[in-house]
Amino acid sequence: MFENLTEKFDTVFKKLKGRGVLDEENIREALKDIRIALLEADVNFRVVREFIEEVREHAVGREVLDSITPGQQIVKIVHDQLALLMADENNQLKLDGRFPSPIMLVGLQGCGKTTTAAKLARHLKEQGNRVALVSADVYRPAAMEQLKILGNKIDVPVFESGEAENPVKICVDAVEYSRANGFDTLLIDTAGRLHIDQPLMEELARIKAAVNPSEILLVADAMTGQEAVSVAQSFNETLALDGVVLTKIDGDARGGAALSLRKVTGTPIKFLGIGEKIDALEVFHAERMASRILGMGDILTLVEKAQKTIDEKAAKELERKIRKNDFTLDDLKTQLQQIKKMGPLQDILGMIPGAGKIKGLKNMQPDEDELVKVTAVIDSMTKEERAHYKIINGSRRKRIAAGSGTTVQDVNRVIKNYEAMRKMMKKLSKGGMKSFSRGKIPF
Amino acid sequence: MADNGDTGFFSRLREGLSKTRRGFVKNLEEMVVGERVISREFYDELEETLISADMGPVFAANVIEEMKNRAKRNELDRRDALMNVLNDYMLSILEASDKPLRIPKDDLFTVMVVGVNGTGKTTTVGKIASRLKQEGTSVMAAAADTFRAAAVEQLDVWCRRADIPLIKHPTGGDPSAVAYDAIRAARSRGTNVLLVDTAGRLHTKTNLMDELKKIKRIMARELPGAPHETLLVLDAVTGQNALNQARMFNDEIGVTGLVLTKLDGTSRGGIIIRIADELKLPIRFIGIGEQADDLRPFDGREFVEALMSSQ
Ligand SMILES: Nc1nc2c(ncn2[C@@H]2O[C@H](COP(=O)(O)OP(=O)(O)OP(=O)(O)O)[C@@H](O)[C@H]2O)c(=O)[nH]1
Ligand SMILES: [Mg+2]
Repeated sequence: MFENLTEKFDTVFKKLKGRGVLDEENIREALKDIRIALLEADVNFRVVREFIEEVREHAVGREVLDSITPGQQIVKIVHDQLALLMADENNQLKLDGRFPSPIMLVGLQGCGKTTTAAKLARHLKEQGNRVALVSADVYRPAAMEQLKILGNKIDVPVFESGEAENPVKICVDAVEYSRANGFDTLLIDTAGRLHIDQPLMEELARIKAAVNPSEILLVADAMTGQEAVSVAQSFNETLALDGVVLTKIDGDARGGAALSLRKVTGTPIKFLGIGEKIDALEVFHAERMASRILGMGDILTLVEKAQKTIDEKAAKELERKIRKNDFTLDDLKTQLQQIKKMGPLQDILGMIPGAGKIKGLKNMQPDEDELVKVTAVIDSMTKEERAHYKIINGSRRKRIAAGSGTTVQDVNRVIKNYEAMRKMMKKLSKGGMKSFSRGKIPF
Repeated sequence: MADNGDTGFFSRLREGLSKTRRGFVKNLEEMVVGERVISREFYDELEETLISADMGPVFAANVIEEMKNRAKRNELDRRDALMNVLNDYMLSILEASDKPLRIPKDDLFTVMVVGVNGTGKTTTVGKIASRLKQEGTSVMAAAADTFRAAAVEQLDVWCRRADIPLIKHPTGGDPSAVAYDAIRAARSRGTNVLLVDTAGRLHTKTNLMDELKKIKRIMARELPGAPHETLLVLDAVTGQNALNQARMFNDEIGVTGLVLTKLDGTSRGGIIIRIADELKLPIRFIGIGEQADDLRPFDGREFVEALMSSQ
């Protein structure tokens, strides 16, 4: 949606060119659209109201630069302001040298605490810490079992407690166990709970009092809507949070909750959960999040990358083809040649809004040898075959295999991957690739 | 778990009726005073209510626009009359969705439960199972989440509680093989309802959506018409992304019913109205807690009333 805004603003601001200064009057329309974009991204209603005021203050009186259009300028002001609000130097976990430093994860049901606990354990272990895990979730069926399995996978011990025990006691015992066994970090996974569930919120406060965690992190789903504010408020009031982990960012949610959470808690967003695998954890980047909330994906980085390596015309042509769904095997070959220069296709597509980090792409990622092979296979096809892959039947496949010095299986694989790619591109073109097609990229 | 007093959305649902009565009294008062309340503030307030309920700004604007038009046509300008127009309009959107799940008694009826991670699929399977079991229906479950750690154990606990059989394979296996075995087992035992729990997956992951298609295909091959119901479980705390979820799951595998969970929190799940408007899918159940009996059939009227009662 936001990709349309730059363009729209340009029309709104056409009259402005002569005057060259942003004022209350001429930014009103633009701010209305920005408000809608932010609300569609699930930024909380009241947070949006404040934010728009801030942007207004920042924008009014600014001169319109010669090099860019007023529309581009206001989008840039919004983007920079968003990034500024979410940025925080202080986004490292602070372990305080105790044996152990407890880190406590809290949040609503189903937000991803247990997976995040395992991810953080792995992350900290890789940094040379001696890590233990404990589950204080005595409520959800098999919650403890889940953490135990994950702990096993990453070779991090999970403190065993009796069933039906009191969560506070479990945590105290786990601290004792960690101290006795020389663990410097203890990750505490707690049961998911509603922020309005008084008894359970008090239980968290008691755990906090008993173990004095060096970090209490709120785990929140990137898809969270307007209630992110009241959720964060309650958890923060009860526990005084130290940070936020935003999960399931590998989907296509715009993640406006990030801004709400940041505003309400005043604490940094420290990590992002970017997939179901235990290594799918990333440090938070405010700039990227800002682009995402505005629906620009990582277009900026993408554009930079693309400009460095391929000329814009080629990119536009590719984009047109993807949208029209006439991405041929010839195009695939050209694309493969570009990959060497641009970096993995997966990364490139991952930066496009809506594409996310599609798992299937991993399997399509050819290594160097594969690249040579695929190119050879495509080279051995006739022009017609390259344009219309569907005509490539069994006997043609045999011929192509012989011609390229590969096997029929290789040929099958190339065609299968190509088909999968087309399918995915078709999906992409329905969604977030509009920004390119205009031939004008925001900023 | 705990009783959330008066703060939760569901407590408002429960209070729906008494609220209407109270509202009615208030409206009467307004009539006596003869106060004209349509003003900018009224619509601003309304916009905030709708957006705060996660209906989204564009959809909220459309709703208000439609409401204004209807009001103009009937020359309405009192707050109560306007609110009635709004309620009616929202109910008309929900009309196609206000359809409870009907399960025929004679044949095996299969239900596949899908959704993104953590929305409450397994819990919903457990709740439906115990509800049906209590009604005297024979139920079986299939643990087709072979991916997530301890997913099978979790469902196993629910099935033991409800005292129903569970068909399961070791973790890491092929989920469609579980569904296949379950259909065979259900048929040979003359079971009435089979509930298939699947792994949570983001709607954007092509390969995982393909996996669901495969489960569906295998089920249909084994039992024509299966799965008879494909339930998409949505979390009420989700914002506008729930629409993407519904669209994509529906496009990819064809959804026949929705479940909206976690309405015992403060989220009002207004996005479901936008989904109903666009996709016309039946909303079968709402989840209002973590216990077996915290499941209710969806009731449009009750829902709209709770949605509109200000916090
Ligand atoms: N408060 C509340 N919690 C719920 C409700 N439904 C489910 N939950 C909780 O939400 C959490 C996730 O539920 P699950 O049933 O495991 O969700 P799932 O969709 O099966 O999760 P995955 O299989 O991991 O994708 C659990 O802690 C449940 O107890 C509800 O209606 N209200
Ligand atoms: Mg589950």
